[in-house]
Formats: sequence, structure tokens, C-alpha cells
Amino acid sequence: MRFLRPLALVLVLMATGGVASAHEFEIGDLELDHPWIAEPPPGAPTAAGYLEITNESDAADRLIAVRCVFARKAEIHEVTIDAAGTMQMRPLPDGIEIPAGGTVTLARGGYHLMFMHVAERPVAGDMIPVTLIFEHAGEIDVMFSVQKPGMQDDDHMDMDMDMDGTMEMESGQ
Amino acid sequence: MTKRRLIVALGILGLAAALGIAALAVRYGGGENEAALQPVDIGGPFTMTDQNGETVTEQDLLGHPSLVFFGYTFCPDVCPSTLAEIAGWLDTLGEEGKDLAVYFVTVDPARDTAEALGQYAGYFSPRIVALRGNANQTAEIAASYKAYYKRIEMDDGTGDYLMDHTAAVYLMKSDGTFFDAITFTATPEEAVAKLRRLIAAS
Repeated sequence: MRFLRPLALVLVLMATGGVASAHEFEIGDLELDHPWIAEPPPGAPTAAGYLEITNESDAADRLIAVRCVFARKAEIHEVTIDAAGTMQMRPLPDGIEIPAGGTVTLARGGYHLMFMHVAERPVAGDMIPVTLIFEHAGEIDVMFSVQKPGMQDDDHMDMDMDMDGTMEMESGQ
Repeated sequence: MTKRRLIVALGILGLAAALGIAALAVRYGGGENEAALQPVDIGGPFTMTDQNGETVTEQDLLGHPSLVFFGYTFCPDVCPSTLAEIAGWLDTLGEEGKDLAVYFVTVDPARDTAEALGQYAGYFSPRIVALRGNANQTAEIAASYKAYYKRIEMDDGTGDYLMDHTAAVYLMKSDGTFFDAITFTATPEEAVAKLRRLIAAS
């Protein structure tokens, strides 16, 4: 796989430079990475938003609310799937704690931002403004990119480099 | 269900390979005898209507392998992810999976109209047959598949509600009997491997 090294380097630069930084927001010590909304099917009344939140401070914070104009109601929800395979989705009225120095990922089958009574259907390629409200850090306006639901959790390839420089790529699926 | 019975049940069915099936059967079998734990109990009679207004019964599952998945169109996370994954599996299988039928069953017929359901399913793949029934018909198909669903009211005065439901994809053989299940956490590779085994066994 030696011949892949230059390609790998280029891809890594793309992943860490262009793609990622286009989707990063910062407020104080919070870093919000890759906010995205899964394009809902036509006629679907709800949509889900995802992102990764990193707290670089030494004090915990909490995502307590979410606000937007494209849907009449926006909440923080958690999905759990028990050992019997039953899915439960519940609002989290107290939000999600972002531990000091920690990262919380909102992703499929876990936490998501729940947009209900969607007035205008988000379509792949749209950028949608959403306000995230944190207990300590306050409010931040974030642009969420709308993506097809087939792209799971990430809009770029995950790449790992092992010790001899061999590259492994897998899609977000 | 005691912990000891769960362990016994797992022992009977064999560990890792049967974990998904065991979980489904153990939770919903419920009976005192171990026959209730047999995966063969999953599947059975139903009468539903598809997005084109055609009646679909358990007889329509005969002669080809099928996937059965329960959900609802207000579901923004697990349902669309799973349907998108199913569409991906069909793409990967290509010609090999041409006889595979896919059924998406709504557990929320009160809000999911036939039209909304058809639009929702069709968005992921034209091959997905969207099934809807009245409250009784929905209860019947869920009972046949040992699928769980429950309406959860949101206490914010809006009248909105959520649905808890079984999120596994059922794999049914061409003779209408249960073969295996694909759980939400399965990788595409694991899912496609199971589908290949289903096709071979059908």
C-alpha cells in the first residue's frame, strides 16, 4: 500500500482542513463540530439534527435548549434501544451534560435534536440556522448542513493511519 | 422474566448468533414453557393495505424471502436510518437480492395516512412496500411478529406523541417462517452477510 501514501496525505489534509473547519463553530470553550440534519423524506413532519460538542474548559456545561424557525417545535431527545430491540425516544427536559474536557456526540440511535412540525422541508445541500442554548456558555447560532440520510453520522470518510502508513478508509455507514 | 430464565433461554438458543432473535422471543414469548422461546413463533397471520390500496396478507410473503420492519413516519432517527440502510443493502446485493421483498409496517396508523406512508417509504426505495391497517389489524400483525409498540404522550400540552416500537428488521424465509433479525447496531457487512444466508435458506 506504499503507493497510497501521497494520496493518504492529501486526503488527511482535506479532512482536517477544508471539510472539517467549514463545519466548526466555537463559543467560549465549546467546540461544535459537524452539525447536520438528515434530509427527511417528503411529507415527513419531523427531522433530526446531529453534531459533536467538545467542552475544552475545566467546568461542565449543559446543552439545555434548541431553537429554530424552520420547525414549530425543537427539543433535545434521546433514543435508546433495549436488549429486546425496542426503540424508545424521549425528550430530555434537562438537556445533555457536556463534561469538562469531554466530548458528547449526538448521533443516530443516541442523542439528537428533534425538530417537529417542520414547516419547510430541509433538502440536501441546504444550510439551516439553529440556535443552541447552553447553561453557561449561552446561545450560539449554528448552521446545520442538510444531508441525505444514507450518509450516516458523517459527511466525510473516516480515516485511520497505522504505524507503517497504511491507510484504511471506511464510509460513515 | 427473571435473569436466570433469560440465561437459560440464551443457552437454549445458542449465544451470539441468536442474540437478536433470543431477545425478541424472550421478551415477547412470555409463556411458561420453552416452546414460547422458539423463533419459529415469529410471523403469522395479518391483513394490511399497501400504499397502492392493495390488500397484503401473510400469503403474500410466501415464495420469496422478505424483510419486515415496524416504524412510523414521525420517527426522525431510527426509522429513516434503518430504511436508508435497507436501501443500501438492496443496492449491495443487486441481482442477488432481486427476489427480496421489503415491508415497512406503520405502528402509527392514526397519523400515517396511506399516502404519507407511501411517500415516506418510496423516498428510500421503490421496492419498499408500506403497510397500514386499522388499530385492530395493526395489533394483529404486531402480535404475529411479537413486535412491541406503545404510544407515549408528550406532556407539553401539544397533543404530540411518540411511539416506542421494535426496531429490529425481521428476516423471513420464503416459506413464511422466521429466519433471523438484523439489529440497529449491525454493520452493513453483517447485515448483507445475513441477507445472503437468508436468500440461500429460502
